[in-house]
Amino acid sequence: MPLKARDYKSGIKPIWCPGCGHYSVLNAITKAMAARELTSHNTAIVSGIGCSSRLPAYVSSYGFHGVHGRALPLATGLKVARPDLEVVAVGGDGDGFSIGGNHFLHACRRNVDIVYIAMDNEVYGMTKGQASPTSPETWLDGKLTPHGTEVRAFQPCAIALASGAGFIARGYSGDPNGLAQLIFEAMAFPGFAFIQVLSQCVTFVPEQTAWKQRVHPVEGAPETAAEAAALIHADDGFGKGILYRSPRPVWPRPHAQADQTEDPRAGFAL
Amino acid sequence: MTTLTLAISGSGGAGAISTGELLLRLFADVGGYGMLKKTFSPQIRGGESAAILRLGDAPVSTIPAKIDLLIALDWQNFARFAEEVPISASTLVLHTGTDVPPPGVTLDNLLTIDATGIAAAADSGWLNMVFFGMLASGLGCTCAAAEALLLARLARHDQAVLAAACRALRAGFNQALPEPLGELLAGLPVPAAAAPGHSPGPQRWLASGNQMAALGALEAGVRFVAAYPITPASDLLEWLAHHIEHYGGHLVQAEDELAAINMVIGAGFGGVPAMTATSGPGMALMSEAMGLAVASETAAVVVNVMRGGPSTGIPTKSEQSDLNQALYGMHGDAPHIVLAAQSIADCHFTTAWAVHLATQLQTLVIVLSDQSLGQSIQVFDAPGSDCPQAGINRSKEVEPYLRYRDTDSGVSPLALPGEPGRMYTADGLEHGENAIPSPRARDHRMQLEKRWRKLAGWDFGEHWADLVGEMDQHPVIICMGSVSATALEAQAGLAAAGREAAVLSLRLLAPLPAKQLAIMLEPATRLLVVEHNHGAQLWHYLRSLLPQFAFESLALPGPAAIQPRDIYAALETANAT
Repeated sequence: MPLKARDYKSGIKPIWCPGCGHYSVLNAITKAMAARELTSHNTAIVSGIGCSSRLPAYVSSYGFHGVHGRALPLATGLKVARPDLEVVAVGGDGDGFSIGGNHFLHACRRNVDIVYIAMDNEVYGMTKGQASPTSPETWLDGKLTPHGTEVRAFQPCAIALASGAGFIARGYSGDPNGLAQLIFEAMAFPGFAFIQVLSQCVTFVPEQTAWKQRVHPVEGAPETAAEAAALIHADDGFGKGILYRSPRPVWPRPHAQADQTEDPRAGFAL
Repeated sequence: MTTLTLAISGSGGAGAISTGELLLRLFADVGGYGMLKKTFSPQIRGGESAAILRLGDAPVSTIPAKIDLLIALDWQNFARFAEEVPISASTLVLHTGTDVPPPGVTLDNLLTIDATGIAAAADSGWLNMVFFGMLASGLGCTCAAAEALLLARLARHDQAVLAAACRALRAGFNQALPEPLGELLAGLPVPAAAAPGHSPGPQRWLASGNQMAALGALEAGVRFVAAYPITPASDLLEWLAHHIEHYGGHLVQAEDELAAINMVIGAGFGGVPAMTATSGPGMALMSEAMGLAVASETAAVVVNVMRGGPSTGIPTKSEQSDLNQALYGMHGDAPHIVLAAQSIADCHFTTAWAVHLATQLQTLVIVLSDQSLGQSIQVFDAPGSDCPQAGINRSKEVEPYLRYRDTDSGVSPLALPGEPGRMYTADGLEHGENAIPSPRARDHRMQLEKRWRKLAGWDFGEHWADLVGEMDQHPVIICMGSVSATALEAQAGLAAAGREAAVLSLRLLAPLPAKQLAIMLEPATRLLVVEHNHGAQLWHYLRSLLPQFAFESLALPGPAAIQPRDIYAALETANAT
């Protein structure tokens, strides 16, 4: 009998605040796992540090809660070593785009077959409310940036596209069914699949509850990177849906079959 | 034993190191022994480079300070490494005469060889091959053998290039050798066992320590490598890149060292033996995630091929100054294993042992090598292929499954992804036995104790150190890594002078087997700790764990290698006090 979404929950109670968007992301992930009929023990969810990075323990699967910013390398190593596993990396905007920003670029380029779900609430929640790379320039409540960040907000989807990601989507925690569908598609996609999830932080940025009125479906289905770039740049950052989907060869590429007859010692002998 | 030490120097790109490597291979092919140390600057061209070779009719494992023969392909930038290529009145110096030696070079014994002219007469620009030909002829090797090696080395070049190089080689080979060059080279006999087809005894190899570490890792079962290029560890990775795929493994060139170590941990979590190789600055970047390997109890091997530090330091030259970093460079209480390779050949065993220990004990193992071991090449007896193997210690599966169960040994049952009914989330957050994060004092203490106990209680067997000689009523030289070969040479020198000393090379630095060490050191008269760094890091470490002993220190920084004479002097000096 196929498993239901709730069967993919570990039963551990999340540490998240009431009203946190991440609950919906957790629900969407388990829904997508059920829809994909994933085997729990063949799935691994990998994360870094932050509120959203606590998610692996809440899913009935193998998991790794690593260090801050390094979810993608951890997931990359696991997937390359164990291609039989479904590997999903999760985390927040600080983890993925600030301390882990370099890995984000190179994971997009490398195109290992993993899913990366970045729960973006434009704030560092776990350290109690500092500005994140995606905070608006004019957000005045960041505890280390009393005049606003005065720094341009990071554009995750545009950067993913420029870095070579073949699957780019944006979801919203207030729309868990739509998000579950995006995660389903990302899992089906061969290669690196990136989903930016607008996931509200009601504690440190309560005004994000107004996102419900701002989100809208993206218009169009771009076929080329140039069209995707135009769409992403024209969008106000609240367009939900798949922004780009174009498979390309997955890494590691298949090469010559293992040659067990090769003698690595031969080259040293006199 | 008869040996000849020669240096071939030139500006970067002049072919000094290639010439040296060809010569060592040629001499090794006819049954000779030897070692080649490379010294060069970080830039590819325009810097300085030198190959310092010691050829012998018996195994050699050190490069002495005294140079018998210097071949200066040119004098550009020679002054930058003059200290590493010391010329004395007895050194025969060959140069081309196209430029002049820098001030301070002893010219008592200078021969001009118009290699440029000889090459030009052969319609070639390969003046280094002129010298190679002359050396090949002087050492009694055949021109055909030299040519075959040259062709193999230049296989990727086009025919015209190959032909020009060979013409220069032949022209050099056919030169009448001026004296005293002929006499000097003739003084090194080609070993008697050199007759083709006769190779009694074990098979001999020519390889570097980095290659041996790579082979050891592969033969122990490493099937995943992630790394970021860094001198002087890159060639270890380059060798693996060409071989690991044949074993179904992968090497990932990561975007930085932070990624590399986390990829290794990811693979280790998946149950695939995994490794990275780096040097001091790279290991510094890895240190946070090395703590994760300890806390999450994930097998990971980090090979640190040490270079001069701190910061960018002297990237191409050897030092043993990352010991403190390897021992103490992590946050929190993070017990882990630190090994040191003892020789070029031993890089094979020690790295394989590291893979074995990391997988058995589910933890981080750091292997300290150094540039001298890593990048020098040497003729040595082939290591056995029966090296230690990766082996995941699944421990006893007691229900309910608890990933971090507080077992007697400290090693908890390890489930791998894909195994039903054993799912858990590995964590760098402190956790209880069930892997669920826990800030409770009881859990923290239990897990700290457990992680310490699994190392403290492990039987590391006989490989924790190599002892040569008798300690009872004798001084002992305590060392690690590339200093071990120097210490052994000093031991032989002392013996020749009627004085005995023991050499203790420590392979297992952490956890230090302090009890065994104390018993072993008790009957020694003096304890001289010799190490290639400025801060006497090993001496401080031993003093801290064995305060009852009066260790003496000889600590000298790189890049110049420690010489037996430094050890003699240290023993004399301390005797006087």
